[in-house]
Amino acid sequence: MEGLTLSDAEQKYYSDLFSYCDIESTKKVAANGRVLELFRAAQLPNDVVLQIMELCGATRLGYFGRSQFYIALKLVAVAQSGFPLRVESINTVKDLPLPRFVASKNEQESRHAASYSSDSENQGSYSGVIPPPPGRGQVKKGSVSHDTVQPRTSADQQEPASPVVSPQQSPPTSPHTWRKHSRHPSGGNSERPLAGPGPFWSPFGEAQSGSSAGDAVWSGHSPPPPQETWVSFADTPPTSTLLTMHPASVQDQTTVRTVASATAANEIRRQSSSYDDPWKITDEQRQYYVNQFKTIQPDLNGFIPGSAAKEFFTKSKLPILELSHIWELSDFDKDGALTLDEFCAAFHLVVARKNGYDLPEKLPESLMPKLIDLEDSADVGDQPGEVGYSGSPAEAPPSKSPSMPSLNQTWPELNQSSEQWETFSERSSSSQTLTQFDSNIAPADPDTAIVHPVPIRMTPSKIHMQEMELKRTGSDHTNPTSPLLVKTSDLSEESKINSSVKFASGNTVADGYSSSDSFTSDPEQIGNNVTHQRSHSGTSPDNTAPPPPPPRPQPSHSRSSSLDMNRTFAVTTGQQQAGVVAHPPAVPPRPQPSQAPGPVVHRPVDADGLITHTSTSPQQIPEQPNFADFSQFEVFAASNVNEEQDDEAEKHPEVLPVEKASDPASSLRVAKTDSKIEEKTAASVPANVSKGTTPLAPPPKPVRRRLKSEDELRPEVDEHTQKTGVLAAVLASQPSIPRSVGKDKKAIQASIRRNKETNTVLARLNSELQQQLKDVLEERISLEVQLEQLRPFSHL
Amino acid sequence: MVHTSLDVVDEKISAMGKALVDQRELYLGLLYPTEDYKVYGYVTNSKVKFVMVVDSSNTALRDNEIRSMFRKLHNSYTDVMCNPFYNPGDRIHSRAFDSMVTSMMIQVC
Repeated sequence: MEGLTLSDAEQKYYSDLFSYCDIESTKKVAANGRVLELFRAAQLPNDVVLQIMELCGATRLGYFGRSQFYIALKLVAVAQSGFPLRVESINTVKDLPLPRFVASKNEQESRHAASYSSDSENQGSYSGVIPPPPGRGQVKKGSVSHDTVQPRTSADQQEPASPVVSPQQSPPTSPHTWRKHSRHPSGGNSERPLAGPGPFWSPFGEAQSGSSAGDAVWSGHSPPPPQETWVSFADTPPTSTLLTMHPASVQDQTTVRTVASATAANEIRRQSSSYDDPWKITDEQRQYYVNQFKTIQPDLNGFIPGSAAKEFFTKSKLPILELSHIWELSDFDKDGALTLDEFCAAFHLVVARKNGYDLPEKLPESLMPKLIDLEDSADVGDQPGEVGYSGSPAEAPPSKSPSMPSLNQTWPELNQSSEQWETFSERSSSSQTLTQFDSNIAPADPDTAIVHPVPIRMTPSKIHMQEMELKRTGSDHTNPTSPLLVKTSDLSEESKINSSVKFASGNTVADGYSSSDSFTSDPEQIGNNVTHQRSHSGTSPDNTAPPPPPPRPQPSHSRSSSLDMNRTFAVTTGQQQAGVVAHPPAVPPRPQPSQAPGPVVHRPVDADGLITHTSTSPQQIPEQPNFADFSQFEVFAASNVNEEQDDEAEKHPEVLPVEKASDPASSLRVAKTDSKIEEKTAASVPANVSKGTTPLAPPPKPVRRRLKSEDELRPEVDEHTQKTGVLAAVLASQPSIPRSVGKDKKAIQASIRRNKETNTVLARLNSELQQQLKDVLEERISLEVQLEQLRPFSHL
Repeated sequence: MVHTSLDVVDEKISAMGKALVDQRELYLGLLYPTEDYKVYGYVTNSKVKFVMVVDSSNTALRDNEIRSMFRKLHNSYTDVMCNPFYNPGDRIHSRAFDSMVTSMMIQVC
């Protein structure tokens, strides 16, 4: 026997065939029976077959060794090509097409004709083509010869499959029983009569003929692989299109069966013109995949975490490397979890791989998850498009950028963002996820000065949001009650708000307080100031919360220490904030009873002082609107700058709800000047008393005290101009009253008003402080989450 | 080269104390008298270190370029890590990763 030189394709093909014939796994001898069947399938006259056998030396040896087998195959090719059988022809015939073996089935025979021509053509292109589906064991053996051999083997399988289908049809077991088809290369093949190759060829041939060379092979292959894999994985029989293909267990029988069914399916497929898309997922397959997805993740819009997916696909017994590659291809958004579409794509790839198809370098378009809803972050993958298999490795699998359609490009970002929105806690901690999370938080806060910001935060913030909204609504409610005060205060506040961004924080606090107060006590008392403040406050806390907090309007939240939520968050130390926070509360909470009389008295007096102060204070001390008498605060601030403002501030909030309007007003005035304070408090107190509001009496007193402290706090912090405006307005109105008329009635009225104002202010402060607290809590939660996410990496 | 890398790592460890997130760790200057190459270090949040050795024969790469390369490297690495089938510490077989690295290197050369 002369030396046999085989081309690569031939080599592969022959080795595959040899494996097929090597039923005894001897790897040396091809079973005669098989070989004979194979030769018969070659549709060569018997005498030619005999001649071949003689030439290859098998007759001499009595068996088909590998070399003999190869030679025989070559001779078959020679014979099929019409060349005379000569020993020399083995090597002399150039470009000999691969020997073709035809199945004996009628239908297959009909296809043979077509397939032969195309097969021969396509055989040459096998190298680059994924072998036809059923890379039964032989193919999978890892030999590169999959391409050429697979069609054969599959064909072989098909033919025998059909007759064997029934006995071999073992009900598809669950994926747990997956086994690599390839694992049973010889064993599995032994099940299939050698007559196989032909039949399988025909389907492929036809399919191939219907499409371009490269794709043709693919298209031909595509139906089979899905089907086969289908069978191997699926527990439920494929739909009618698959015909006899039943999703069998991984066992070889399954493959055989799949082959048979694949044949039928191929036929159908051919008619369905799906050849152009070797990676297309059929409906049955998709349904199967979806069912499998449900077993892992009942929510079709949810994700399958990486670990679960890993477990699932490991059952397929593919090498980890291949699974890793499949994952790379299918995890479109690189989030470590699989959506339904991603899962289907991955499943499809696994099926294909098990059937012998090589994995593409890039995710085929038909498997690419589409962006259905940008809103629905979880449902990223859409039905895979149907495109021909792109054999060009080109880029890495689903890269977010360029190779994907524009939709896909935007999708990952949107998906990530949306995912973060919805599945923040669920998402695996990818760096991208983390970063996006932060960025998302920031935009979420629509901190507009005037609009009631509805911070769109992650869950932790929802509570805060609700509260914020409640406060705002509360403030709204309160507004109407005190139109006068509100109006004046509004004007002043608004102007001040606009003028200084700082108001936001202060306002928020004030709003918070006022709103809270309003809820608790006098919802109506809360004036526009509250609303304004709230709007600011709402924004401010949100602003601070997100990592890249929008420049908080109130960098120096003077007066409304409590209101300066931004500061609270922006400043890590928070001391300032504490001070700030303290400010607002400082004012509102008043040791009610003792101060009650005081404020009343103060008010009239304060009014005077306030008027003057307010004129100057608004600009100087944009403190909480609660305190009309900003000037007073300034005075206090100067004097008591760093006196435990925080403590007082904290205390104030508590008192705020109680004292509120009257207190702030009176306290403000008192705070302004040390000397005045006392006087004012006294005045305010009597004023309050004069008003006949016993309840007011207590508030003024505490207010008075608080005012002092608050004043101290506030002046130091940028105070909300709003508040000053409000206070100024209040003061303005108040002073006029007591001054003009005898203090009895008017003073009382003034004191009443002041008390109300202080109440509102206190209420705002309270609400703002609460908001600040919530913001801090939210931040804490977010940080904790981030920490947890980072924790896994600490091991590295 | 290996020793160099080790030294680089040691240096990074020392730097860990202050800034854990040091994305710009451009450890320039590790030029051996004979071997004129530079070593760039980059550490991630999870203490994963990337070491890049550049031959100085190539006109010294700009700082920005190095950083962008590291950033891309980091991104690709995170993508690789997302793969549940990938065990941290294994050799990375990701084709996407390899292609990215290769393209980056080609860019420079």
